Amino acid sequence: MMLRALALLTALMLAAPVAAQQFPTPPRVAAPPPEQIVAGLSRDDVDITTSFDGSDIIIYGAIKREVPIPPGPLDVIVTVEGPAGPITVRHKERRFGIWVNTGKVSVASAPNFYVVATTRPLAKILDPAEDSRFRISVPLAIRAFAGAAEVDDVVPYTEALVRLREANDLYRLDDGAVLLAEQTLFRADVRLPANLIEGYYATRIFLVRDGKVMNTFRAPIEVRKVGLERWLYRLALEQPFFYGIMSLAIAIAAGWGASAAARQLQRR
Amino acid sequence: MLIRATVLRQPAAHATDAFDAALRRMQDQAGHKAGQNMQIYLPIAEVVVNGLTLVSLGGIVGLMSGLFGVGGGFLITPLLFFIGIPPAIAVATGANQVVASSFSGVLAHVKRKTVDFRMGWVLLAGGLVGSSFGVILFNLLQRIGQVDLVVQLCYVVFLGLIGMMMFQESLRAIRRAKRSGPVQPMRRNQHGWVHRWPLKVKFRASGLYISAIPVLMVGAAVGVLGALMGVGGGFIMVPAMIYLLGMPTKVVIGTSLFQITFLSAYTTLMHAVSSNTVDVMLALLLIVGGVVGAQIGTSLGAKLRAEQLRILLALLVLAVCGKLALDLFLRPEDLYSLTPGIIE
Repeated sequence: MMLRALALLTALMLAAPVAAQQFPTPPRVAAPPPEQIVAGLSRDDVDITTSFDGSDIIIYGAIKREVPIPPGPLDVIVTVEGPAGPITVRHKERRFGIWVNTGKVSVASAPNFYVVATTRPLAKILDPAEDSRFRISVPLAIRAFAGAAEVDDVVPYTEALVRLREANDLYRLDDGAVLLAEQTLFRADVRLPANLIEGYYATRIFLVRDGKVMNTFRAPIEVRKVGLERWLYRLALEQPFFYGIMSLAIAIAAGWGASAAARQLQRR
Repeated sequence: MLIRATVLRQPAAHATDAFDAALRRMQDQAGHKAGQNMQIYLPIAEVVVNGLTLVSLGGIVGLMSGLFGVGGGFLITPLLFFIGIPPAIAVATGANQVVASSFSGVLAHVKRKTVDFRMGWVLLAGGLVGSSFGVILFNLLQRIGQVDLVVQLCYVVFLGLIGMMMFQESLRAIRRAKRSGPVQPMRRNQHGWVHRWPLKVKFRASGLYISAIPVLMVGAAVGVLGALMGVGGGFIMVPAMIYLLGMPTKVVIGTSLFQITFLSAYTTLMHAVSSNTVDVMLALLLIVGGVVGAQIGTSLGAKLRAEQLRILLALLVLAVCGKLALDLFLRPEDLYSLTPGIIE
């Protein structure tokens, strides 16, 4: 799959400028963007096995043009976003000499994994209005609050959420991690950590010029448990009673086995 | 690899250098990966942990279990929190691990004839009732909020009280033993309130002829606390058997383990069915270490004197209590914490 995509890419890159010069494209109803992303992923599925300890995904591609390269710097931003779920952020305060949870803010939807990779520092290349429109930077990945907020100021709570997830390597901003060659070929290496959960991971690529997003590209990566991991997970959810009995049987068998082994050792 | 071959056709030399560097970085990572192959992905907890860490953790707790007759739940659960297992999974899987180490310990005690089965069954009957009531109480507290604080305070108060009591008593016993030469049997309150109640039952292995009512009450009280604190309750059961029921230390440990095996099996099943929080992979790794530890602990326990055993357990209980108290009083590293899901 990778080979074919690359062959196609190379062909496109070599052919596109020639085609543009010799046969000017006839006007269409909706004009195609002057610069378009053509991209691929080194893999579009990740299997979680027992020995799974993370995965490296290479996101690569090229910029297809119908026109000569426009002046000005060109930048590429790549984001990978894991499945979202609800989460509660709690705050501790000292009451009667002990530390107690006092305030809490529930976030209805925050991705469990979010990484942003760029060619240059994000703040320099992206217009804030475009950032909030496309929800690119890390704090914007957190979507909505669940119910009315109980606290006066939710900002420290959302900041704490981002900070704690960053500390666990689940949220990350990698300035300069996208390699861009000749304003045409780009490549980003994204490391998926070991503590992933199942689901679809959305990959987005943004082409940025003068702070504005010129073109976007989307592709999903499917992360799923396989083999023993999948079997146990399904059993725990679908046949919980049988699963519980199995867990107990293992415990009893192990307890008996160790006792029998110790008896054997003592006899010798 | 393939991308490099394609890119080479492009005239940009610096671009190929950059891609080469990226390639080298990837190869380094692959080499690094091969070095740490004991990492295991847990299917239910959905986190990656080191297998050897879990086996040794199980071993330490198993040792305690065999030595003192405690299930080790009050140790394993906080330790699992510490290595990053989600709390709900740590509590449920801890119960599963306790089944294995206690069962292994019980078998060793059965062989030495230090289990009072009749006492065990009566305690268990009380324990199941108490445990069910404890789960209801837990859900009630959860609705009011602050269940974490109640649980933590429970731990500190009970561990502190029991630890102090045992420590004092053991010191006195050791001093007495030194003064009068041969070890005298501990004076039990033979004519206390416990012994005047009706429904008297002969507990032959314990050498007791007492009412079944206080035994049921002890079982139920420990069941409530156990369910509330997410533990088997051995560390409360052992002193209660010695000081309230007046059982000889010799049979206390085996009987406590017998009762805990069944009670934590019940808890494990409840957790598996109601909240799918038992991680069998995690349990298996803890069990492998735990059963070996329990056997070593049991044979080690046979060599130690009862007073020494009690003073060691007292010190352990006080240490855990001190750690939990510090958590309550010291400023936490981060004032904010994350809990999955929406808490009403």
